[in-house]
Amino acid sequence: MTALRMGAERGDPVLRMQGITKRFGSVTANEDISFSLHKGEVIALLGENGAGKTTLMNILFGQYLADEGMVEAFGKPLPAGAPRAALDAGVGMVHQHFTLADNLTVWENIALGTQGLGAFSLRPARVKDKIRDLSARFHLSVDPDARVGALTVGERQRVEILKALYREAKVLILDEPTAVLTPQETDALFATLREAISMGLSIVFISHKLHEVMAIAHRVLVLRHGRLVAERGIGDTSAEELASIMVGGEVRAPDVPAMPAGPALLTLSKASAGVLQDVNLSLNAGQITGIAGVSGNGQGALSDLISGVLSLQSGEMQIAGQTPAQWDARTAIAHGVGRIPEDRHKTGTIADFDLTENAILETYQTDFARAGWMDWTKARRHTEHLIQTYDVRCPGPDTRIRLLSGGNMQKLILGRVLEENPQIIVANQPVRGLDIGAVNYVHARLAAARESGSAILLISEDLDEIMKLSDKIHVISEGRLSPAFQRGALTVAELGKWMAGQGFAHAS
Amino acid sequence: MELLDILLSASFWAAAIRIASPLIFATIGELICERAGVLNLGIEGIMVAGAFAGWISVWAGLPLWGGVAVAMFVGMAFGLLHSVLSVPFGLSQHVVGVGITLLATSVTFYTYRVVLPEVSSPPKIEAFQPFEIPLLSDIPLLGPALFSQTPLTYAAFVVAALTAFVLFRTPLGLAVRAAGENPSAVAAQGLSVTAIRMGAVVVGSGLMAVGGAFLTMSAFDSFFFDMVGGRGWICIALVVFGAWRPGKALLGAILFAAFDALQIRVQQTSLGTVIPYQIFLMMPYVLSILALVLMSRSAQVPAALMVPFNKGTR
Repeated sequence: MTALRMGAERGDPVLRMQGITKRFGSVTANEDISFSLHKGEVIALLGENGAGKTTLMNILFGQYLADEGMVEAFGKPLPAGAPRAALDAGVGMVHQHFTLADNLTVWENIALGTQGLGAFSLRPARVKDKIRDLSARFHLSVDPDARVGALTVGERQRVEILKALYREAKVLILDEPTAVLTPQETDALFATLREAISMGLSIVFISHKLHEVMAIAHRVLVLRHGRLVAERGIGDTSAEELASIMVGGEVRAPDVPAMPAGPALLTLSKASAGVLQDVNLSLNAGQITGIAGVSGNGQGALSDLISGVLSLQSGEMQIAGQTPAQWDARTAIAHGVGRIPEDRHKTGTIADFDLTENAILETYQTDFARAGWMDWTKARRHTEHLIQTYDVRCPGPDTRIRLLSGGNMQKLILGRVLEENPQIIVANQPVRGLDIGAVNYVHARLAAARESGSAILLISEDLDEIMKLSDKIHVISEGRLSPAFQRGALTVAELGKWMAGQGFAHAS
Repeated sequence: MELLDILLSASFWAAAIRIASPLIFATIGELICERAGVLNLGIEGIMVAGAFAGWISVWAGLPLWGGVAVAMFVGMAFGLLHSVLSVPFGLSQHVVGVGITLLATSVTFYTYRVVLPEVSSPPKIEAFQPFEIPLLSDIPLLGPALFSQTPLTYAAFVVAALTAFVLFRTPLGLAVRAAGENPSAVAAQGLSVTAIRMGAVVVGSGLMAVGGAFLTMSAFDSFFFDMVGGRGWICIALVVFGAWRPGKALLGAILFAAFDALQIRVQQTSLGTVIPYQIFLMMPYVLSILALVLMSRSAQVPAALMVPFNKGTR
């Protein structure tokens, strides 16, 4: 197996990066990184969110200017900041966020930039023939005449790969290519990549999914905090070792011992709102209540209802045994509801506000204002405290939050919620898109909040997460909620059945 | 009945095509800018400057086509200024555009006063004359309407066709459209978004100025201060009406011009004695708004219109 895996013949590297350093404002994204890639080789760039993988590849491809260091392709230095030169040297990049124009067709997107701007005709027939030929050779089926906006995400990725192959790329850089794919599409992608390797292409594969890296790479480079911390041949390492290098410690899930349920802090009886129908739910002090289910079955409505964003159409909601006279976002906060929203970019933060402003979004009127004036000194102190306590890695409280990685952004949101000692915590997909280090951190913090007596609603599409943390579990399906199951009383197979909507006929 | 007579007369359609011509130039110019992702609100001022520059050059002794060329260069100069501010500097396209309109209008009026200090009524020039295209102009109705126009009108149609060809059939046009849809895609191919956008604004502004020059050199033979009178803003709407496609935009310009030609004629019929003339003046605008509402629902706005592109930031 190793003989096949190490099919990469040595010799002169096709690509070499030397001493690359890049800073965004005061955030150092890459620090003195060097590596080389050989013909027919797949190297994986592994690292947590915000470790600097994407930045490094954007420098390689000439889209960012490195502050220091140099890039060499096929023995010749590539001029900095010139994607054209990278393309001409045979380096093609498939970006994480596709660089396709939605309103143009597939063939137009592929042809863009391949012909001289002075040419009289686009020669659509020839372009399309070549696309069809490449599609067949690399198993990348896509209709050249389709409008890109009408394609699925998987198909768009194929267009991106075709774009690189169309330019006769010898080196393919794939930035988190499987993040957006279904398992079947991922298998198809890997088949395409193996085809490409056998034809002598070299690949840089960026990912934080360990099993994929183990499946496709010959060599792994691990980035942490913008630095290259390890380089391993795939035969000399294991997924466990890579994971521990990645997070800089041992991977350890928090254990959540069983605890007696406290009094009900929030109850819903026959509650209907939005897509929710006749929901019965009780959130008890010292318990994590998990909501499992396929996304789009009313999870959003449930968290909005408890957060005070959505109002009740019928049924009853009680907070600590009493029906609140009014329920909106502000009264929810006043009643001690802490909210970790599903989409931290859209509803969790304001991208161009700095950390301080984001940290006090929910409490600026009550805690950080005096007689109508903002108390910025206090707000800053509070933010510095959050940064310290919750390990938010950033240059300081004046950094605009958009410059932070997802994990650090989430830690700030977590701190914002937990510092208010909330009675009730609504955590909707609290670890989506986070790396394993940040996942464990968030889970440990939620478990700690539970121990100190908060009632936590955990909504997740990840069954393992629900099973690992929850004291009791409800399944949500088409706006209906199953009865509660105590921890350990339900198997994964059984949960799946409820998710598919079976069993509700009896329950209601 | 009178209405039907008007609609069937060749002179009505000839007038519609004539009124449409400056709109076609300027609309196509604006369309090129917007396809590349830049809203050019300098259009009104650039048309004023073009109208003046072409006319004054001919008055000063240049041949007619020389005047057209001067107008185009003046337009391109203002376009260059616009594009430097809006593309590499990435300033607000609204502010830059309105600024260019104010600047171009004021510079024009100032120059007028400097060149013609003691003139109460502006001098006339020998404007473009209608040129009857042999054979084609003999076709009943169509002939006198379409093929007995001035050369500048024919040029407007050629420009529209040429623009459609370049935008949709050539690599250059593809790059321009992609710059207006997703500039990152253009940059990822190693093309310069800045150069493409600036080029589009400069060329588009040149066409706007020729549209202005049509007014002083083909529709009339002299320059008045408010003769552009909001046509630039109409063209902005026509681009939307035309869903950013040259062919549809051309039809939109003709439609608007037809309403305009119609209201002048309806004023002179028996209806004009009962209804105040202001109602008729309003008609093309009201109908344009209605058409715009109906047409623009399905329009595909260039996705990156008014979005500045900066490399190396995030």
